[in-house]
Amino acid sequence: MADVTFTVDGKKLTAPAGTLLIEACRAAGIAIPQFCYYPGLALQAACRMCLVRQEKVGKLQTACTTQVAEGQVFTTESPEIAQARKATVELVLGNHPLDCPVCDAGGECELQDMTFKYGAGVSLYTEAKQHREEQQWSPVVFFDRPRCILCYRCVRVCNEGMDVAALGVQSRGVTSVIAPNMGDHLECEECGNCIDICPVGALTSGTYRYKTRPWEMNHVSTICTHCADGCKTTLGVRSANYGAEIIRGDNRDRSGINGDFLCIKGRYAFDFANRPDRLTKPLLRDKDGQLKEATWEQALDRTAGRLRELRESRGGGAIGVIGSNRTTNEENYLLQKFARTVLGTNNIDHHRTADYAAFVRALGERGRGRSASLRETASAPAVLLLGNDPTQEHPLAAWNLRTDVRLNQARLYVVNHTPIKLERQATATLRIPQDGYGNAIRFLAGDDTALPADDAGRGFRDALRAEPSLLILFGSEYRGAGVARVIEFGLGLADARFACLGDYVNSRGAADMGLLPDLLPGYLPVSKPGGLVEEYGGALPQTPGMDLIQIFDAAARGDLAALYVVGSNPVLRYGIAPETLKNTFIVVQEMFLTETAQLADVVLPAANLYEKSGTVTNTFGDQQLVNKAGDLAGTRSDFEMIVRIATKMGADAKKLVPYGRGVRADMGQSRGAQSGEADRHAVWLAANNLEPKLSPLDPFAVLDEIERLVPGYEPQAGGRAELMAGNDIHLEPPSAPAASSADAGPARRDLVLPAADTLFTSGTLGRYSEKLNSVLEAYTTAARTTGRDGLSPVAAGESAGERDRRA
Amino acid sequence: MSAETQTLFSPGLAARFDRMVTLYPQRRSALVPMLLYAQDEMGALNDAVIAEVASRVGISELEVRNVISYYSMLHTKPRGKYHVQVCTNISCMLRGGNELFARCKEKLKIENRETTPDGLFSLEEVECIGACSWAPAVQVNYDFHENLTPESLDALLDQYRTQNGLADRGGR
Ligand code: SF4
Ligand code: SF4
Ligand code: SF4
Ligand code: FES
Ligand code: FES
Repeated sequence: MADVTFTVDGKKLTAPAGTLLIEACRAAGIAIPQFCYYPGLALQAACRMCLVRQEKVGKLQTACTTQVAEGQVFTTESPEIAQARKATVELVLGNHPLDCPVCDAGGECELQDMTFKYGAGVSLYTEAKQHREEQQWSPVVFFDRPRCILCYRCVRVCNEGMDVAALGVQSRGVTSVIAPNMGDHLECEECGNCIDICPVGALTSGTYRYKTRPWEMNHVSTICTHCADGCKTTLGVRSANYGAEIIRGDNRDRSGINGDFLCIKGRYAFDFANRPDRLTKPLLRDKDGQLKEATWEQALDRTAGRLRELRESRGGGAIGVIGSNRTTNEENYLLQKFARTVLGTNNIDHHRTADYAAFVRALGERGRGRSASLRETASAPAVLLLGNDPTQEHPLAAWNLRTDVRLNQARLYVVNHTPIKLERQATATLRIPQDGYGNAIRFLAGDDTALPADDAGRGFRDALRAEPSLLILFGSEYRGAGVARVIEFGLGLADARFACLGDYVNSRGAADMGLLPDLLPGYLPVSKPGGLVEEYGGALPQTPGMDLIQIFDAAARGDLAALYVVGSNPVLRYGIAPETLKNTFIVVQEMFLTETAQLADVVLPAANLYEKSGTVTNTFGDQQLVNKAGDLAGTRSDFEMIVRIATKMGADAKKLVPYGRGVRADMGQSRGAQSGEADRHAVWLAANNLEPKLSPLDPFAVLDEIERLVPGYEPQAGGRAELMAGNDIHLEPPSAPAASSADAGPARRDLVLPAADTLFTSGTLGRYSEKLNSVLEAYTTAARTTGRDGLSPVAAGESAGERDRRA
Repeated sequence: MSAETQTLFSPGLAARFDRMVTLYPQRRSALVPMLLYAQDEMGALNDAVIAEVASRVGISELEVRNVISYYSMLHTKPRGKYHVQVCTNISCMLRGGNELFARCKEKLKIENRETTPDGLFSLEEVECIGACSWAPAVQVNYDFHENLTPESLDALLDQYRTQNGLADRGGR
């Protein structure tokens, strides 16, 4: 809308006509107090804290509902306004306990702040206050009724933002009370957004309440370790005798890719880190076959010694490496470099949850610039969702899509074989057979024989194809040629952008960094390593290695001498029988004694994603910074372990991690194009205004190398600064010839195994979260007693979003 | 949403509800009138009624409860056959509303918002019912009785007790 000019406190401000005054002021650095107003949620105008004086208007006006227009004149602070706010605070405090020192919100309470700023020192209210006991509504949500100031933020976030509608307002006037959907408890998605958004201490979290004070914690921004959306979460950490304990997860600064949102996993499921059964000492299998505690030196020596022996005696081809979906890009990159240059093998894989390689290849040159950031799920005018159930598997993307429909009237088209909750926001839904995902694309592309086409189906297709631009999200229902068909279809539309939905925080990073037997970092085929040979300072194995299944097949045949597993539990996930591995030397870097770790000869206690630094890439290709928050004495990062083992095996740390100066100086080229160019890494660093890193254990040294060498991770304008500032940067997949189909070789085996996680599960890691377990248990018990489906507590039906949209 | 196949309501009311939800741009707009009709037929808005109404208008039971708890004329517990609503708002108060209310309590031996043991009468003190010109006024179910005195009130209650010539227009 056209800009208008108006005056606030004597300052001329400009904003698009119709902007809410409170927002226009915020943008200009004028803070107006608010309780009920919350950006993005329906206006409530319930609290009267935002009162301002508008010239030529009789009464004070609420800034949260006033839209700016040309020539208006406002005053936001004056004795009159202060008096009005003082009266409001006094009313709010009428029945509010005056015991901030024992309230869980003390120190970060908006009412406390407002009372300090405007409140009266005395109260005229002399009646006895009505006390009510606190109630526990769910494993995560507690309610303390007298503290509630009836701002209705919680109700709106649960209705509009979550489309769960588990909270409501009962009764009216002074007797109004926030009520949970099941009478005395909640059945909901347990996201905790209501707690986070509550301005006072009325809603509190089962994880955090009464444990500490906000000012006693350090607050570290990092990335959630669970699903592949990669929400930014701020972890509250406190010193503990074993290191640093994580006490809280939230996103109050709303700075990240996820804005206000966190799901239960990002907000509460960090508790695995504090579990008493975390491994803190390396374990070695002794002569009697028992795992016994050992020192780090013993464990690293044993690992390096055995690996070297086996590499010499049986060759790199007899060693397998399985990487992780939850380690950083730097660790993944280092792991594949270690596997290929030190162990001498391409037998490296990971639990693949989506076919990113096919996605990158399918995009190719024509799809350049067509990969979508997660941010676009909140702003795209039209979205096609093929397969997947984002509510369960991509909670942030689901939140964004709901927001997009609610605030931008976006049109959401859902193609699925089973009803999913997001259909309540959908403009249209196409129900297909479970095996009909490929046919669905043919149908959408115009082939009427692909699906039993009825009018509804054709209507869906026509509406979709008439969209001037379309964001296409597809789940792991599509792999290999299926992915190619999706991209082909999309590239035939007016303007389509794409994202591939996998599982786990760094599954995209694992694929990007080459934890694959046939592809190097940046999806370069192992047969054409190009400059990497020289960069890595020696020969690289050039035939594709064994994939994860083949690795275990080899073990069964007795052909696998050693297996090196980092942060993964393939034994459980792929149902590997323990006997399969009885002749294999197994090293496992893990937090817990998982099914895989139990079979290991060496178990190395690993730090988790919250205890290290580096970067991760979400399933949309948005790279973000991970910061060390927690700390557990005795554990080491996977990065450090790999470097230590490699050097103990005789590798040159400088070749693995470019640190210090002159790393390439001793490569000794005396002829050819590179002659005289002593240190390309140093040259690159200088050109990018970066310093050499000083330690072989510094993950950012590897980030430098990734940016320098990995197609798709090239430094972007402002990239490193943005990354370090905690912002997400969207990376376009490489479209180098490497990724073109000519080099793809024979069709790759389909090894995609979706994690099939729900809101309350998270692979092996989820099993170690008490909070997730308690919620799961609550819902399983509820399901047993009420016959409801505990995992989808929210019944299908017309949604708040849908209603709002039609309204 | 299609019409409910299994319903708690009489065929006539169920058909009426099927139609009502189609009359508004949003189904939920039919909520308050539906609740009133349902209450008249069923006597109270119990859990089963709430569940059916919620599904008919496509909102959660919690949202239906939010609305019921907002309006004082919507009830979740059954009331007496005759629900006596005595206005004590200003016009009625000036013309003896409080006395009428006291007389009711005395005669029916119940307090505000209570029901007589035989289930015949329930009593409620209400705000202005829009009959100020003929204050003091009492509403029994949907019938208004105006310009009352304690004596005429007595007679009125007796009449209801014996159903002496007073047509019950329903609506509890
Ligand atoms: S779904 Fe989230 S916002 Fe709604 S009640 Fe549950 S925890 Fe609160
Ligand atoms: S519980 Fe908190 S967020 Fe909800 S209405 Fe009360 S004060 Fe507001
Ligand atoms: S949506 Fe995904 S990334 Fe975000 S908090 Fe939940 S599990 Fe973590
Ligand atoms: S913030 Fe404006 S009325 Fe509450
Ligand atoms: S005051 Fe009693 S009817 Fe208006």
